[in-house]
Amino acid sequence: MPKITYEGKQFDCEEDQTVLDCLARHGVTYPSSCQNGICQTCLMHATEGTVPAVAQKGLKETLKLQNYFLACTCKPTEDLVVSEPGTGVTQRVVAQVVGKKPLNHDIMRFQLAPDDEFEFRSGQFLHLKRDDGLVRSYSIASLPDSDTPIEIHVRRMDNGEMTTWLHDTLKVGDAVEIQGPVGECFYVPGNPEQNILLIGTGSGLGPLWGIVRDALKQGHTGRIHLFHGNYDINGLYLMDELKQLARDNPNFLYTPCVDSHAPEGVEEGRVDAVVSRTYSDLKDWKVFICGHANMVDNMKRKTFLAGASLQNIYADSFVDSSKEAA
Amino acid sequence: MSDSLYDKIGGEAAVDAAVDIFYRKVLADDRISKYFEGIDMETQAAKQKAFLTMAFGGPNSYTGMDMREGHAHLVKNGLNDSHFDAVMENLGATLSELNVPAELIAEAAAIAESTRNDVLGK
Ligand code: HEM
Repeated sequence: MPKITYEGKQFDCEEDQTVLDCLARHGVTYPSSCQNGICQTCLMHATEGTVPAVAQKGLKETLKLQNYFLACTCKPTEDLVVSEPGTGVTQRVVAQVVGKKPLNHDIMRFQLAPDDEFEFRSGQFLHLKRDDGLVRSYSIASLPDSDTPIEIHVRRMDNGEMTTWLHDTLKVGDAVEIQGPVGECFYVPGNPEQNILLIGTGSGLGPLWGIVRDALKQGHTGRIHLFHGNYDINGLYLMDELKQLARDNPNFLYTPCVDSHAPEGVEEGRVDAVVSRTYSDLKDWKVFICGHANMVDNMKRKTFLAGASLQNIYADSFVDSSKEAA
Repeated sequence: MSDSLYDKIGGEAAVDAAVDIFYRKVLADDRISKYFEGIDMETQAAKQKAFLTMAFGGPNSYTGMDMREGHAHLVKNGLNDSHFDAVMENLGATLSELNVPAELIAEAAAIAESTRNDVLGK
């Protein structure tokens, strides 16, 4: 009889019982609605054990790859450790700060070398924990290659306790704890000819910088077009690197945008307007959107109405540069 | 063979094809779009998938009471027959766009129509 572990408690799951039934029989109420594997209300994350394929029907590719499943259709065949989406921490390691460099006036790049293996996909985020327990989340901008350190882009926020500490106090040689990874904003191989649109504002460029290079490294041949916007030119960064990447890869296009006073080579207009005037039909495109919550919601809607399928829209919204950790 | 409406329309694949089209219509329809805003789009789309599965006579465990409770917050915000009619229209237009034969569209419409009183809390 498989055992289900949820919130530290272990339950026996009888034959033919779903995870949802099993929890209910043991007095645990987990949110659910349609009970038929459709509405996705009962979405769960298996941090240990493999779930049957039927329990992943209809989920986005990136959720499937992370072992997400629907509790109402999952009849486990082996022991599972399960948690609510976004809360399951699979890895916890200490990492040394090996690099700290400003990318522009308010965004700092940190490079972290984990003491142990830390698996992730470019574009996912990690939780960074300070000694006193303060936790914030940052998207990963580097490639999952054990020779290169993990890279995060941290924007300084007024009154942001963690960002102030990271910018002013944390230094090369210090150690921090990292946990995770979490998030469904990453490149999935298997459809190399699909066109990819990436839209970011502010330090939302971090995950997109990781995703673009990951896609290129994995041999993506379709068009990859990155738009990075900010209200003025000082907020843009990695411009030289991105221009170089575009020269080296004919299928990669880079469009920096600023709201006003655009210098040569930079589009004028808010990033959402620039994207809309560049592409009116996004049918069959894959879309990644990272940045401020308002921009993200707006662009999800616009790209969907322009023809992108919801299954192909991946988004990460930040409360400024960091997420409030779960 | 007596296939159900759900099978005749094309089962899960048909629902998958219909959900983007239907949801795009709903968001672009000023009469009802406000009811569908404010929750995450993916969450909302999964719910619309549940709606379509139900209208296609597919596997679901929803009761009249579920429909009543599920839409009660919308009724409080003024949901009425005119909005219900708009959803019916979008459903019909979605199925036509997918080249579903008229008699099957009528069957799906009848299923959706049968929930009117529960959805509107009457
Ligand atoms: C035509 C008959 C209708 C049927 C059979 C139907 C069915 C459903 C179903 C099955 C769900 C998913 C419930 C869940 O599992 O959480 C749902 C949710 C929803 N429906 Fe309907 N519906 C109908 C009409 C309408 C109308 C007329 C509107 C508004 C114009 C509407 C707006 C919504 C919204 C906004 C939700 C998401 C509710 C939430 O969780 O906030 N529905 N509906």
